[in-house]
Amino acid sequence: MTARSAFARLSVRDLAQIAIFAALIAALGFPGALSLGASTVPITFQTLGVMLAGAILGARKGFLAVLLLLVLAAAGLPLLSGGRGGLVWFTTSPSAGYPYGWLLGVVVIGALTAWLLPRYPFWPALGATVLGGIVAVYLIGVPVTAINLGLPLWAAAVDSAKFLPGDLVKVVVTVLVAKQVHRAYPGLITPRRTAPVSLPAVDARA
Amino acid sequence: MSVSAAGIRFEGVTHDFDGQPVLRGIDLHLTERRIGIVGANGSGKSTLARMINGLVTPTGGTVTVNGLDVRRQAKLVRREVGFIFTNPDNQIVMPTVQEDVAFTLRRRGLDATEIAARTSEALDRFGLTDLAERPAHRLSGGQKQLLALAAVLVAGPSIVVADEPTTLLDARNTRLITGLLVSLTQQVIVVTHDLEVLDGFDRVIVVDEGRVVADDVPTTALAAYLSLLS
Amino acid sequence: MIGLYRPGTSLLHRAPALLKLGLLAVAMVLVGLVADPLVLAGELAAVVLLYALAGIPPTAAWPQIGPILWILLFAVPVQVLVAGGSVEGWTTAGLMAGRLLVAVALAALFTLTTTVTAVLEAFQILLRPFHRWVDADRVGLLVALTIRCIPLVAEIVREVLDARRARGAQGSVVALAVPVVVRSLYAADAIGEALAARGLDD
Ligand SMILES: Nc1ncnc2c1ncn2[C@@H]1O[C@H](COP(=O)(O)OP(=O)(O)OP(=O)(O)O)[C@@H](O)[C@H]1O
Ligand SMILES: [Mg+2]
Repeated sequence: MTARSAFARLSVRDLAQIAIFAALIAALGFPGALSLGASTVPITFQTLGVMLAGAILGARKGFLAVLLLLVLAAAGLPLLSGGRGGLVWFTTSPSAGYPYGWLLGVVVIGALTAWLLPRYPFWPALGATVLGGIVAVYLIGVPVTAINLGLPLWAAAVDSAKFLPGDLVKVVVTVLVAKQVHRAYPGLITPRRTAPVSLPAVDARA
Repeated sequence: MSVSAAGIRFEGVTHDFDGQPVLRGIDLHLTERRIGIVGANGSGKSTLARMINGLVTPTGGTVTVNGLDVRRQAKLVRREVGFIFTNPDNQIVMPTVQEDVAFTLRRRGLDATEIAARTSEALDRFGLTDLAERPAHRLSGGQKQLLALAAVLVAGPSIVVADEPTTLLDARNTRLITGLLVSLTQQVIVVTHDLEVLDGFDRVIVVDEGRVVADDVPTTALAAYLSLLS
Repeated sequence: MIGLYRPGTSLLHRAPALLKLGLLAVAMVLVGLVADPLVLAGELAAVVLLYALAGIPPTAAWPQIGPILWILLFAVPVQVLVAGGSVEGWTTAGLMAGRLLVAVALAALFTLTTTVTAVLEAFQILLRPFHRWVDADRVGLLVALTIRCIPLVAEIVREVLDARRARGAQGSVVALAVPVVVRSLYAADAIGEALAARGLDD
């Protein structure tokens, strides 16, 4: 195993957490997606799972969990909400950008959450989760919808706006759940702001 | 290997979880074929058992298995010691019965034909051949624990440690698993709350608040345990 | 691991996954470039032929691609509107709808005729140049572990939902999600321990 491997330094517990969260995101898509009329992307708890992966496992493990789920879905397992799967959902479907948006979003949430721990104050956490769970996801999702449908960007944005209320609810749920989970189970993400003294010290030596 | 190196040896073993003492001054030399460990909830039995294959490393003292230090030679120790957990669900790590049994062997770098041969032999021995292709989650609790046993024994350990292996099983499966454990040629160490499991055992250790309070042949040790409870 | 695969023995079923993947990529680019309705009609006919060759009724793809096509009810009028309602606008919208239909049907056909194992193997081959960063062994382990964990987590979700029902269906989504996540994390701990006990060193 090379030191540069993306899986280096992952303990067996890390591996198990990644697999369990990939499975959790899949399981959250099972109960039957609640579609909003004639929509491209059915609203489900699956995106809640993606946000939770970032807010609870952090950027690296969360990213790998989402990636794992997506690879299995792309390979043809019906793991996306509503029993969907296959390459369609990553290529030609109007919603094909969203899976890639999840990958970006989970990293954004994870990275920002590491800065907010161990206190994890509500409003900053909400901001972080909106940035990753909504802004980052739509940033990729909306343009791909526009491209795959040959629509102007504004039309794709209008179409995706109907998911905003549901996604906002999921953001709030993510923050409330992550707060409790981090209290019940500390140490899942290494907080970033450990030694605030270290920066000036490096400067002094330089 | 000298005779005294054989067996499992605890020397002055202490253990803290977050500053809370869980084991205090354990000295044991385990050489008997069938050894039971009993004690109240939270007394430290699981911590003690997990030390035998390095899942928990002691904060003080040393544990050796056939002369191997569990702290420094964990990898070798784990080849000697197979571990059976309470919840069969959480110790099956592969999607199907056959893959799960083969998993242990694949980590050893054996070639495919040898893995296949030893896997089917183990499945046969535990009556799992018909279930080989079955997804693990479709098994009954007893079948899952059988699979756990098969997956551990296929690698040929010299010691089997089981932490409450029958707690989640019904009476029939408890008897099945207990019977299998007792019939093994390996040294077997079983943590249990079900005293019937200890029928025919050679030695029973009673743990209380992190100390060994009785250590004797089953009748004597269990009498001490029962008087402790009352 | 059956997934969405439809067993069969046709040429399409037997073709190597990597070859199909390459052809699919080429086809998608070509379809994206089509600007002539007649060519598009020809391609649609070709897609129907391919489904016939695979022995799969196009309706088999419907559960997968049907929901995608609903979006056309929104996209087509918008395109016509953007083009000012001209004949040209209708042509553009029609072409777009046709291209989407062909591309979606082709991608679905790949999934319907290729086993999950074959696709994963193809992915693995494509990843080979990156072996310094991606450890194929670990990836394989993670994939298997995830497939193992899905029923496990589904069971946890079901138990938490049942517990809620037993208490009279009270509690918010948060009150549901917290125990699901915490129990999943405990399960991960136990599985990690089992992996370690069975010789998977960290
Ligand atoms: N990973 C851990 N972190 C912190 N404390 C722990 C951990 N594992 C066990 N403990 C604590 O150590 C003590 C002994 O636990 P242990 O699991 O060894 O008891 P036990 O005798 O097996 O109990 P039981 O019969 O309930 O299984 C308990 O107080 C428990 O809370
Ligand atoms: Mg215990």
